[in-house]
Amino acid sequence: MMAEILELIWIVLKIVAIAVPLILAVAYMTYAERKVIGWIQVRRGPNRVGPLGLLQPFADVFKLVLKELLVPAQANKALFIIAPLMVIAPAFAAWAVVPFNAGVVLADINVGLLYILAMTSLGVYGIVLAGWASNSKYALLGAMRTGAQVVSYEIAMGFALVGVLMAARSLNLTEIVEAQAGPFWNWYWLPLLPLFIVYWISGVAETNRAPFDVAEGESEIVAGFHVEYSGTAFALFFLAEYANMILVSALASIMFLGGWYSPFHGVPVLGPIFDLVPGPLWLFAKMAFFLFCYIWFRGTFPRYRYDQIMRLGWKVLIPVTVVWLIVESLMIIFKIGPWF
Amino acid sequence: MQLVIFYIFAAVLLFSATMVITAKNPVHAVLFLVLTFFNAAAIWLFAEAEFLGVALVLVYVGAVMVLFLFVVMMLDINVARMREGFARYLPLGAAVALVMILEMVLVVSAPDAPVPAAGEPLPDNNTRAIGSVLYTVYLYPFELAAGLLLVAIIAAILLTHRRRPGTRHQDPGKQVRVRKADRLRLVNLPREPKVAPAAAAEAQQQTETK
Amino acid sequence: MQALRNFVNSFFLIELLRGLALTGRYLFSRKFTIEYPEERAPQSNRFRGLHALRRYPNGEERCIACKLCEAVCPALAITIDAAPRADGSRRTTRYEIDLFKCIYCGFCEESCPVDSIVLTRVHEYFMEKRGENIINKQELLKLGDMYEAQIAADRAMDAPYR
Repeated sequence: MMAEILELIWIVLKIVAIAVPLILAVAYMTYAERKVIGWIQVRRGPNRVGPLGLLQPFADVFKLVLKELLVPAQANKALFIIAPLMVIAPAFAAWAVVPFNAGVVLADINVGLLYILAMTSLGVYGIVLAGWASNSKYALLGAMRTGAQVVSYEIAMGFALVGVLMAARSLNLTEIVEAQAGPFWNWYWLPLLPLFIVYWISGVAETNRAPFDVAEGESEIVAGFHVEYSGTAFALFFLAEYANMILVSALASIMFLGGWYSPFHGVPVLGPIFDLVPGPLWLFAKMAFFLFCYIWFRGTFPRYRYDQIMRLGWKVLIPVTVVWLIVESLMIIFKIGPWF
Repeated sequence: MQLVIFYIFAAVLLFSATMVITAKNPVHAVLFLVLTFFNAAAIWLFAEAEFLGVALVLVYVGAVMVLFLFVVMMLDINVARMREGFARYLPLGAAVALVMILEMVLVVSAPDAPVPAAGEPLPDNNTRAIGSVLYTVYLYPFELAAGLLLVAIIAAILLTHRRRPGTRHQDPGKQVRVRKADRLRLVNLPREPKVAPAAAAEAQQQTETK
Repeated sequence: MQALRNFVNSFFLIELLRGLALTGRYLFSRKFTIEYPEERAPQSNRFRGLHALRRYPNGEERCIACKLCEAVCPALAITIDAAPRADGSRRTTRYEIDLFKCIYCGFCEESCPVDSIVLTRVHEYFMEKRGENIINKQELLKLGDMYEAQIAADRAMDAPYR
């Protein structure tokens, strides 16, 4: 019994060790976003709170936490309050199977990939419920858009990941990374380039980020599903959105960019030099690249129209993945290329 | 310890399953169904059927129930009218329930149930085990099910898809194909000749008097 | 051929990449931000900020209560009452401007025959209580006294164009 309790405490500690840095990363993600978008728009971004504005995220958090949590009069109160929790829970739960280095993973389960897909698909509940429970037409419209969009892009995303699991012959994320061991031309982004791009696009759509952020669409439906939320509840939606962005970036790095391997792993001279940098740092560097791309896209692209999003998902991305899955299986059967 | 956790999950499962059919608000009922699926998945995980457990969450909770919720949200159900026929439908409902219970008892108590005997080691990676069985021994049933689903999908689309005349549709494909050159023509206009200041002033006066 | 090229263009996201390259270039370009309290953008001498009533150098107020400004004000922000002073000259007894109504168009300044009501360069002012948005004659005259040097210099700079 004692041993079991100790193990439980140990697991909780490991969860905290993942969750707290994640929350901090989210805080500084908002800061980075404001800075980078400022630079793209030839501004300087926040630089008033603390040196270089580095304390800005904390100022924002305190502002949000101290605000009143308003519940609309005709809202379904219980669901209204549960909804942000239902968004945040899967966003954090998915991190359980993300490996940071060989063996450094909270739960090394055999169906990691499926688990990730299952968790990322759960986030939509919170959004749909938030929209419905708010009893507001804008929120409901936002929720409907998100529901349809997330369900559609999940298919393209799932197909892209099917390509990864065909190449790695495993659903375990650690094994997927280990199957890519080697220099950067050994990683799956090269043989699965179309799937990589499809995964990345649908990852952006799945997290409802620009240019696919019609769920918020502040120019037509003011703020979409979270228009009625304020204070801490709104902060939770924010936290979940950014945690999901970081998750999608981590997954893209793990599935397609060789996870914790350095770009020259296994190359005679360069390999040992690059391997001096510990593996998790390589993973974080790759994640940082994807996160920067998120912000870069937001600073560049105008919002898609809703029917165009649907067309892109169903008529472009899914056919591309299906065609490439066939190409990939042919490559595997006939042993073409050095990858399989 | 495991037994305690199992009973907790089982209790929540039974409670939420009951709530699915008793909840007044259809959205609540859908959410309780989601909770039921979650607990079922957890119990499957206890039986070390991790593929089935996660697939349940992925397929039913992640996709099917989202669409359910979607539809239920849009409906404007009159709860009072729905409850009217309770007594009338009770016998039929009870009969169906009885048949289902009977079937379940028969299946579970069947002597040749394909349950591995206790102590027999389960395959280490049951995802692989399911795959290898599914695509060899049960290939034809599997393909049959897949074909059936495909037919159902096509039928559903054919039944619901209709072209209403007179509605204005945009074709995003056509819009995307439009190039700048199709719409925009850059013309080089010659510069207007410079007007002498006196003449310009005169012209302005004229327009003012008009 | 054109269709093929379009297809390739859209399939390899060429135009999106071009857009990304453009914003990528601006990412590193020089920033135009002026950090306001420390740095200030240059102000025109015709800047139309807070109002003021001016005086003649001998201390006599300029305003003769002709009410032209009141008449011309498009937002009806000016209210004037007039009465003869003890020495018999026509003066205002009340001269109030509602700063919430004022649109800072400068018509009052244009219409003033004695250059009494002017718009100064002051734009950093605030109210703490209700009712403070209406400034009366004393306050306006005080503002005029406070910024007279600046006002006179601005008017002198603008004189050749009037």
